[in-house]
Amino acid sequence: MATASAPFAALEPLLRRHHGRADALIEVLHGAQQCYGHLSDPLLRHVAARLQLPLSRVKGTASFYHLFRFQPPARHRCVVCTGTACQIQGAPALVAAMEEGLGLKLGARRGDGWASLSEVRCLGTCSDAPLVQIDDSIGRQQTVAGLRRWLQELEP
Amino acid sequence: MTGLRCCASAGCLARGSGALMGVLETAISRGELGDQIQLRPVGCLGPCSQGPLLALDPDGDLYAGVDPQDAETLVAALARRLHQSSDQATPLEWAPARGERLDLRAPFFQRQRRIVLEHCGLIDPTDLEQAIAVGAYGQLERVLQSWSPEQVVTELQRSGLRGRGGAGYPTGLKWATVARMPGARKVVVCNADEGDPGAFMDRAVLEGDPHRVLEGMAIAAYAVGADHGFIYIRAEYELAIERLRLAIEQAVDRGRLGAALFGTGFGFTLELRVGAGAYVCGEETALIASIEGKRGTPRPRPPYPAELGVGGRPTLINNVETFANVAPILREGADWFAAIGTAGSSGTKVFSLTGHVRRGGLVEVPMGTSLATVVLEMGEGSPHGSAVKAVQTGGPSGGCVPADRLDTRLDYESLQSLGTIMGSGGMVVLDQNTDMVALAAYFMAFCREESCGKCVPCRAGTVQLHGLLEKILAGQASQADLDQLETLGAMVMDTSLCGLGQSAPKPMLSTLRYFRGDYLARLGAP
Ligand SMILES: Cc1cc2nc3c(=O)[nH]c(=O)nc-3n(C[C@H](O)[C@H](O)[C@H](O)COP(=O)(O)O)c2cc1C
Ligand code: SF4
Ligand code: FES
Ligand code: FES
Repeated sequence: MATASAPFAALEPLLRRHHGRADALIEVLHGAQQCYGHLSDPLLRHVAARLQLPLSRVKGTASFYHLFRFQPPARHRCVVCTGTACQIQGAPALVAAMEEGLGLKLGARRGDGWASLSEVRCLGTCSDAPLVQIDDSIGRQQTVAGLRRWLQELEP
Repeated sequence: MTGLRCCASAGCLARGSGALMGVLETAISRGELGDQIQLRPVGCLGPCSQGPLLALDPDGDLYAGVDPQDAETLVAALARRLHQSSDQATPLEWAPARGERLDLRAPFFQRQRRIVLEHCGLIDPTDLEQAIAVGAYGQLERVLQSWSPEQVVTELQRSGLRGRGGAGYPTGLKWATVARMPGARKVVVCNADEGDPGAFMDRAVLEGDPHRVLEGMAIAAYAVGADHGFIYIRAEYELAIERLRLAIEQAVDRGRLGAALFGTGFGFTLELRVGAGAYVCGEETALIASIEGKRGTPRPRPPYPAELGVGGRPTLINNVETFANVAPILREGADWFAAIGTAGSSGTKVFSLTGHVRRGGLVEVPMGTSLATVVLEMGEGSPHGSAVKAVQTGGPSGGCVPADRLDTRLDYESLQSLGTIMGSGGMVVLDQNTDMVALAAYFMAFCREESCGKCVPCRAGTVQLHGLLEKILAGQASQADLDQLETLGAMVMDTSLCGLGQSAPKPMLSTLRYFRGDYLARLGAP
């Protein structure tokens, strides 16, 4: 039985709510990522043990889904929406500007964890296409020039 | 009573409607007008491209692009009118300095017929009492007390409702199949994965009127003999998830969900399952695997979910909008519903209109409305100086309708005959500058990335097809490459296991059909 001082104690309420049921694996992984920022190896082991699942099953499932991270999030998370509405209204140029400004390829994260660049397939507010998101701010009807300035202002 | 409805759906929130609400609230309480002006946050009002939107009751005037300063002067003007007379017909001496009053006689509004969205934009989606006041759970109560499950199924069958998730399978027939399955513990699943990039109909329904969907699911559960349900929703829809969680909680507290509903022996419990970013999980067998906490890979059908679904139990899966149609069908009757739309496609369809269009947003029109009406009249065509080249429907599983075929009616069969599909309702307008080969390559890249890799035609085929499209884009392809594109495309369609692979070549084949010139112009090699 885990106690308050046990590792990953913050996950206990969620595990209890799902009665340690294996079919709650994805819910538990969501919760784990929310609490701890990413799914580290020890965290995945802990989840496997608590849900009585083989570690391979837990890792196999987690790696199938795009939203699960196995590394801590970068300090600046830069995202370009490449949903259809954004794509036809300038997303490719925004991706290029991001790649140039960050010195990163799409899908990459800088080794020192300063920034990452990824895409999302529709943020759901297509009327403001094209959109980018940097950390918690959204750039609507984003221009390339505006994005360049924005990137220059990112803290090193 | 004087009322202000402020759009609090994701589109307008991103454009500052949260701040607008705050200013209105403060101004109302400062003027001690809380008893006379009712302020409510509501779901999507429609013309999202002009947000943030504010509606003024009792007349329903709609204002676009209203800013906080406008909000201050508006409340002041309302206060003046309230002091002068109790007559709401007295003209309001106010005009927004920045925003504009929208002309409700415009086709964008006049051509709509809101059934699914009838209460979206009217009620506060976080307030169950407001939903109940406009009839939420009334049809559930009525069928539980005086209808047999068979009667409900028959009514749905007679209505002609077809699934709004893409394939258009007759809903009543699906319900009848699940109802016939043995076993007392069946499952009802709502597919809220809405993975097509550029589509936000389901999100708007869930954000604007969540109880409508819960009621539809509960009625379905009664009809097919289920006692438990899941809503599978994509993780990106944070606001919709939050509103659904709250709605479920409220419905349970008020005895609209749970055991022994309305004093009958029928009970229905509901759980939310949040996806984790895999497009293929919208496919029903993959979705079931994902609900069970596994990798979301599709499996061959049969057995269909009706026989073998969540946890091995008979399972009914319908789309958000399908469930949202249930209560009005029962309230107004199957004949009423069947009379709307066309013979083969009854009712309405919600579309998210985006892309190169002047007026974008959420529209609900009767089935059978022409694409020209939606895109050229309601959407007012492409922005100045450009012309519509094509309209994309059905996302990565659909295709393009060229401008000279915009007289096509929006029903399942007409769209299919053009090589596209109704899909779930994403409608992206493309102007004359759109590169159709690049668009085809874009959708193919999407399918390549989202392929689960289980079967070879899809896993390897999408990689090859994408490679060929890139080669054409680079001006290095020959006629032989183009021929291979078509042969390989046909093969992937015919031999893939699930709908993702089976329709992955569709956007490409459809652009080849109508815009072959765009391809030929790029052939470089001999
Ligand atoms: C790759 C793929 C993705 C799908 N995505 C969705 C989706 O996001 N939402 C949805 O309702 N149906 C989606 N479907 C269709 C579902 O498999 C299923 O047909 C539908 O949910 C049934 O509900 P309906 O009969 O009410 O339309 C998808 C199908 C495929 C093949
Ligand atoms: S068609 Fe594609 S997505 Fe579907 S099962 Fe095969 S590999 Fe997976
Ligand atoms: S396509 Fe970018 S927000 Fe929808
Ligand atoms: S989101 Fe406000 S009108 Fe659509």
